[in-house]
Amino acid sequence: MDWDWNFVREIMPTLIQGVKITILATILGSVLAAIVGLGIALARRSENRIVARSVGWFAEFIRGTPLLVQLYFIFYVLPDIGILLPPLVAGVIGLGLHYGTYTAEVYRAGIDNVPRGQWEAAKACNLNGRHTWTHIILPQAIPPMIPALANYFIAMFKETPLLSAITVLELMNQAKSVANTYYRYIEPMTLVGAFFLVISLCSVVLLRWLEHRYGRIER
Amino acid sequence: MTQWSGYLGLILQGALVTIELTLMGSVLALIMAFLAGMGRVSRFIIVRAIATTYIEFFRGTSIFVQLFWAYFVLPFAGLSLTPLQAGVLALGLNVGAYAAEVVRGAILSVGREQYEACTALNLGRWQGMRHVILPQALLVMLPTFGNNAIELLKATSVVSLISLADLTFQAQVVRSQTGSTLMPFLSVLIIYFALALIISWGVRTLERRMARGLDGVRV
Repeated sequence: MDWDWNFVREIMPTLIQGVKITILATILGSVLAAIVGLGIALARRSENRIVARSVGWFAEFIRGTPLLVQLYFIFYVLPDIGILLPPLVAGVIGLGLHYGTYTAEVYRAGIDNVPRGQWEAAKACNLNGRHTWTHIILPQAIPPMIPALANYFIAMFKETPLLSAITVLELMNQAKSVANTYYRYIEPMTLVGAFFLVISLCSVVLLRWLEHRYGRIER
Repeated sequence: MTQWSGYLGLILQGALVTIELTLMGSVLALIMAFLAGMGRVSRFIIVRAIATTYIEFFRGTSIFVQLFWAYFVLPFAGLSLTPLQAGVLALGLNVGAYAAEVVRGAILSVGREQYEACTALNLGRWQGMRHVILPQALLVMLPTFGNNAIELLKATSVVSLISLADLTFQAQVVRSQTGSTLMPFLSVLIIYFALALIISWGVRTLERRMARGLDGVRV
């Protein structure tokens, strides 16, 4: 097992291209997960029992099955019914949908944490449903959830290598292709590992800060 | 419709591999969780440092990278693993790191007065841990362990990428042999979900049984 720095220098540009796609997929996936999660959380609180139940079961199903199979499902089954998606789009939808079911739980907890009195006060001020949500409930519910949401986005970042299975050319796929070309696995695989380790150690610091800044619930 | 029974047999074989991996991975994860979790609350700074390094390393790099590292890089270091061994090793060490934090949190959640009572009864550190702290902490850990086991079950799908014939792998085989996409992926998703339901039901049952003897301990 010998480490070759020249080889590292040679493959670096390819890996950096992969890093860009990895980061792009994480950002798009996070935005989608934040929106899907809010949608699921609101639908589960819906007055309509059938909507609330079926969305609940759907979210439960997605959370109980592997992301990889869901990605395959989106990538292979949807084209059969006429929806042809580029790999990156399919990957972002998979990530967003999967993590949306997790962020939905964060939203739910955050919304439940808003004291009852706030709802009653909104009603007393004669605010309608939409105004109650946008002006009273969400502004109070969202800041305490930020650390938990960030936690899931970091988890999503660590799952992006799965996108290589549906031919997205992100970091892991680039590493695999250079490894297969030169038949040297040590450097590419270790670099990928080191990259993820560095980013997630940095994100631990960021999380601490977020918790310090937003985590406290003021009553 | 093609002869579904033959392909169903293939998928069920995959399910057996997935179950086997989940069980073996869980056992390794459980051992690592207790070793590292108790290591984090150790008196000795060296033990704490080793446990922290292990946890941060395995939580920081993604399961996918670890699996590829175990399968492709370790052979160059003279340690050849079969796909099954690499899978169990990566899954167990990865989920063990997450579960170690659960063990630590649960041990710390046991009240101070319990530790003081141990001292008052002249119990040694090990005796106190074994007879007083752990029986109470175990109940706190159990629900989260259930979630970790489900995460492990979902993570097993990744081993299909190092050519281990688990559920996801067999779904791909069926897809490439029949050209049908919906049936293999949907049936595999349902099997994964059923397994996840079985795990959460099992953990809930276990929790009820273990809580039985501890009535009135927790206020």
